[in-house]
Amino acid sequence: MYAYDELDRTLINERVSEFRDQVKRRLSGELTEDEFKLLRLQNGVYLQLHAYMFRVAIPYGTLSSKQLRRLAHVARRYDRGYGHFTTRQNIQFNWIKLAELPDALADLAEVGIHAMQTSGNNMRNVTSDQWAGVAPGEIEDPRIWSELIRQHTTLHPEFSFLPRKFKIAITASEHDRAAIKIHDIGLRLHRNADGETGFEVLVGGGLGRTPFIAKTIKPFVNGRDVLSYIEAILRVYNQYGRRDNIYKARIKILVHELGIEKFAREVDEEWKQMGDTELRLDRAAIEEVRSRFSYPLYEKLPHMPDELKQAAHDPLFERWRRNSVAPHKVQGYSIVTLSLKPVGGPPGDATAEQMDAVADLADKYSFGEIRVGHEQNLALPHVAKRDLPALFKALDRLGLATPNVNLVTDIIACPGLDYCSLANARSIPIAQELTRRFANHDTAGLIGRLHINISGCINACGHHHVGHIGILGVEKNGEEFYQITIGGRADENAQMGTLIGPAVPYAEVADVVEDIVEAYLALRDRPEELFVDTVKRLGVEPFKERVYATR
Amino acid sequence: MTSPLEQKKIRITGPSVVTANRTWDGAVVYRTAQKGWSTELADAATVGTSDDARVLLAEATADDVGAVGAYVAPVDLKDGGKIQPGNLREHIRAKGVTIDLRVPA
Repeated sequence: MYAYDELDRTLINERVSEFRDQVKRRLSGELTEDEFKLLRLQNGVYLQLHAYMFRVAIPYGTLSSKQLRRLAHVARRYDRGYGHFTTRQNIQFNWIKLAELPDALADLAEVGIHAMQTSGNNMRNVTSDQWAGVAPGEIEDPRIWSELIRQHTTLHPEFSFLPRKFKIAITASEHDRAAIKIHDIGLRLHRNADGETGFEVLVGGGLGRTPFIAKTIKPFVNGRDVLSYIEAILRVYNQYGRRDNIYKARIKILVHELGIEKFAREVDEEWKQMGDTELRLDRAAIEEVRSRFSYPLYEKLPHMPDELKQAAHDPLFERWRRNSVAPHKVQGYSIVTLSLKPVGGPPGDATAEQMDAVADLADKYSFGEIRVGHEQNLALPHVAKRDLPALFKALDRLGLATPNVNLVTDIIACPGLDYCSLANARSIPIAQELTRRFANHDTAGLIGRLHINISGCINACGHHHVGHIGILGVEKNGEEFYQITIGGRADENAQMGTLIGPAVPYAEVADVVEDIVEAYLALRDRPEELFVDTVKRLGVEPFKERVYATR
Repeated sequence: MTSPLEQKKIRITGPSVVTANRTWDGAVVYRTAQKGWSTELADAATVGTSDDARVLLAEATADDVGAVGAYVAPVDLKDGGKIQPGNLREHIRAKGVTIDLRVPA
């Protein structure tokens, strides 16, 4: 956990006071909506179909049990009793009243939570690996760097009025769980030949209507220079990025138009001109942030405790353990993913009661800590293996032990037309129907790793481009249709999916996905060949034939 | 449903209303013939020509304190003039989400 200092607390409390005054002036008519819009967006407040939507930051996906209980309180007191975890480690409340928002923000501020950097054309919440600090083989905890960047960019004028929103993600593991290649800046922590810690810097990734995979502009930037190098990138973006056309304003467009080599040269030139600035981090500054992260006092525990051996006879427990429990860097401990994808449920939603219960379980079994992943699931990062059977029983009672992590029903979906003012089509009902079609967890297990991503419009909040199966809602003559892509992925080998053919109507989407999965099962050369690898080996044609032969 | 945020020119092809979100709580509201706002679609003023739609929208937009994001939305007039949402988006705004709100626990 990271402990905010006095400066952070003051900043958050001052922001609440400012926003309270801004809301008061808006409701009295002193501020017009045009004047107020920028101010509310700086505090995570959007206007959606039914109400205001309030997006709260969960920096690098780390929450304390106290903070999660407070989110439950906000859901219960100011909303309709639930929240929606997003694809950027935030949580959204869908039914907030503007008049009550300052009180909600004040309640959150008491536990160090805020909504800064969750909307608007600024630097957004810096995301990271939800297993940061506990994943085996990690170079070091990437959240230290996420926090350094958060501190530097919050309210920084260079980063507060950008041509468009700007997103950074950091990973420190070989396997990229933070989807860094679809971010404006992706940072991969690694060590160079001299054993120094630094970053491979990738720029220009992003989805939306013009999707790009980020490209490397610097193989190694020493950690102490990461702030100045990011600032150099932002300066080039601020100088050349387009502000005349919202659709061409993201840095990915600039990188594409300048070309990666020229862009990299411009950044290097800027960086050299900045010289040895005060942005160079000395060891003390890094250690100061590092020291504010607290880590559990792990016990010395056996690799295979008796409780686990006994529980292995329970097939339901074993299925869940194999699916949802991952190795931890400390012997005797595990990382447990809590699926927020129950069969028939909206992906990523959690009720206030579930949030409270997870907070209690975190206190009992995970040193009071919870993580949020971009896949819209939660995780308990420090669970002793001896506690896994008891935890499973508790999670099962809460509906949070669905053994479908990374399987076909672990669907990533945006809120879609049910909530979003930008959407063209619904996402959630499509996801719900797919979870019913593949409700048999044994069958889903046989299918293996398969990520379905659904977006209700081209803005791609459901990351459909990088879904193994991507589903994009479009409108045709007032009706909902869906384009299907296959072969995308968001990991270290990130790539965009390929469109398989004409869009299909709402009622046929689940049938089409079933056809694709059946084709895969028939085409894979062995059970271990993942869907995405079969597509890579064979291309889209066999799948296209299967889907459209009878349509 | 094409987002009305992309609504640039007002050209209606059938009966329409002006809708927005109430400023203090964001609730869906409809412009009434009495120059006010109602949460009931049945209370909405309907227009049948583009000129009338523009007038109604201009009047609604002027009330920046009462409601925000006003736009012209299509409706169906059925069963003796009963106003029904004209597309799925407006149906969702009027009737609520098409899914169960609560995660099954």
